Amino acid sequence: MKIFIILLSSILVNNFVMSRFLGICPFLGVSKKVETALGMGMAVTFVMTLASLITYFVQRLLVKLDIEFMQTIAFILVIASLVQFVEMVIQKMSPTLYQALGVFLPLITTNCAVLGVAILNVQSDYGLVETVINGAGAAIGFTLAIVLFAGIRERLEISDVPAAFKGFPIALITAGLMSIAFLGFIGLV
Amino acid sequence: MNDILKTVVGLGSMGLFFGVVLAYASKKFAVETDPKIEAINNALPGANCGGCGLPGCAALAQAIANGEAAVNACPVGGAETASAIALIMGVQADAAEKRVAHVICRGDCNSALQKADYQGIHDCKAAVLANNGQKACSFGCLGFGTCKNVCDFDAISIVDGIAVIDKEKCVACGKCLEQCPKSIIKWVPYKQEVIVECNSHEFGKDVKDKCKVGCIGCGICQKVCPFDAVHVIDKLAVIDYVKCKQCHICVVKCPTGAISGNLEKTEKVRIAQEKKNAAVEKSNG
Repeated sequence: MKIFIILLSSILVNNFVMSRFLGICPFLGVSKKVETALGMGMAVTFVMTLASLITYFVQRLLVKLDIEFMQTIAFILVIASLVQFVEMVIQKMSPTLYQALGVFLPLITTNCAVLGVAILNVQSDYGLVETVINGAGAAIGFTLAIVLFAGIRERLEISDVPAAFKGFPIALITAGLMSIAFLGFIGLV
Repeated sequence: MNDILKTVVGLGSMGLFFGVVLAYASKKFAVETDPKIEAINNALPGANCGGCGLPGCAALAQAIANGEAAVNACPVGGAETASAIALIMGVQADAAEKRVAHVICRGDCNSALQKADYQGIHDCKAAVLANNGQKACSFGCLGFGTCKNVCDFDAISIVDGIAVIDKEKCVACGKCLEQCPKSIIKWVPYKQEVIVECNSHEFGKDVKDKCKVGCIGCGICQKVCPFDAVHVIDKLAVIDYVKCKQCHICVVKCPTGAISGNLEKTEKVRIAQEKKNAAVEKSNG
């Protein structure tokens, strides 16, 4: 039951993009098309879940060595290596996805959402399973938000938007409205 | 001291571990890139101007290597680049039809009437906001040089209140076409000399009131053209550049001079026409 609550809360209630405002850069940058948004979501999901898993062990190692104060830098090291790894794998496995993601794939390195989930896991004192579930849930929440947003933006592209709002301004307003909508999930858990 | 040692050793070994894993992965997942792409990229001018319609030269290089773009897709590089790339790709370069941007308006200060004295920001876009520009003709070049300011190749100059593009310098990057608020800069084949330099779709009388060199849609050019290349569409003469053989007859016959042409050739055609007319008159008389 607890695992289900963690999953639900990380996907909807504490949605990383909509409630915690982490990972806004790829959220705005790769949300022009549903296809690329989904690709980005997949990449982030992969990185976040793996990062949660590995940072759990890294944290235990840090505790054992009594150097927890190096948490941030150690996590950044893990995440950066992981992103590099994912980039190589995607380039090999799916060149089209690699092309579509372009510069945003390396940007996952500096994506605060990934570091955020790692640190939040430690702060929440989650066990191994809970950590992975929370990481995956947060990433699924990110994917959900970015795909929904991309869907809206695709429709915005062909709708009659006042000239002053065309392009980015209307996207930002839409993101704000979506965030308000997600606030409605607060009573859920 | 112990803390520092532990930190250094701990993080250092972690870094080493991830480094080794990445090094292994980079071997394992190495992607063979096409050597052609790099070669083509080197052959391209590297201006990243976007004239080909792709984000940059690297993107074009990839597109060419994949066969998605023609070897002469780079408008800036011209024939030399095209042939160099053709050599890399191992195909014959077609002689690409070079095109240039051309300002389709002759209404300079002497010919076109001004309806107002514009005192605002020296920019065509700003002038258009103020009652559609200062010129009486709403289709004409305003001459504030918005196109000139975006041209990276110094090909555009403002002469007598209208923009003129030096076709030798023009590399067909298309930046000026996007910027012109009147959309009167258009693509024209490099070799084309006979061009209708007017955009006005107004009635002949209105055009005449506003501009001395505007197209009044009289249809004389359509009648005299031996190749069926000129047609008056919506009160404006339009030349089909594919059919046009550049005989210059329409240039000579145009009553307002809205059609431009090579001066020497125009003169030759004029003399020939006069001779012909005289011969016809003689036989009639």
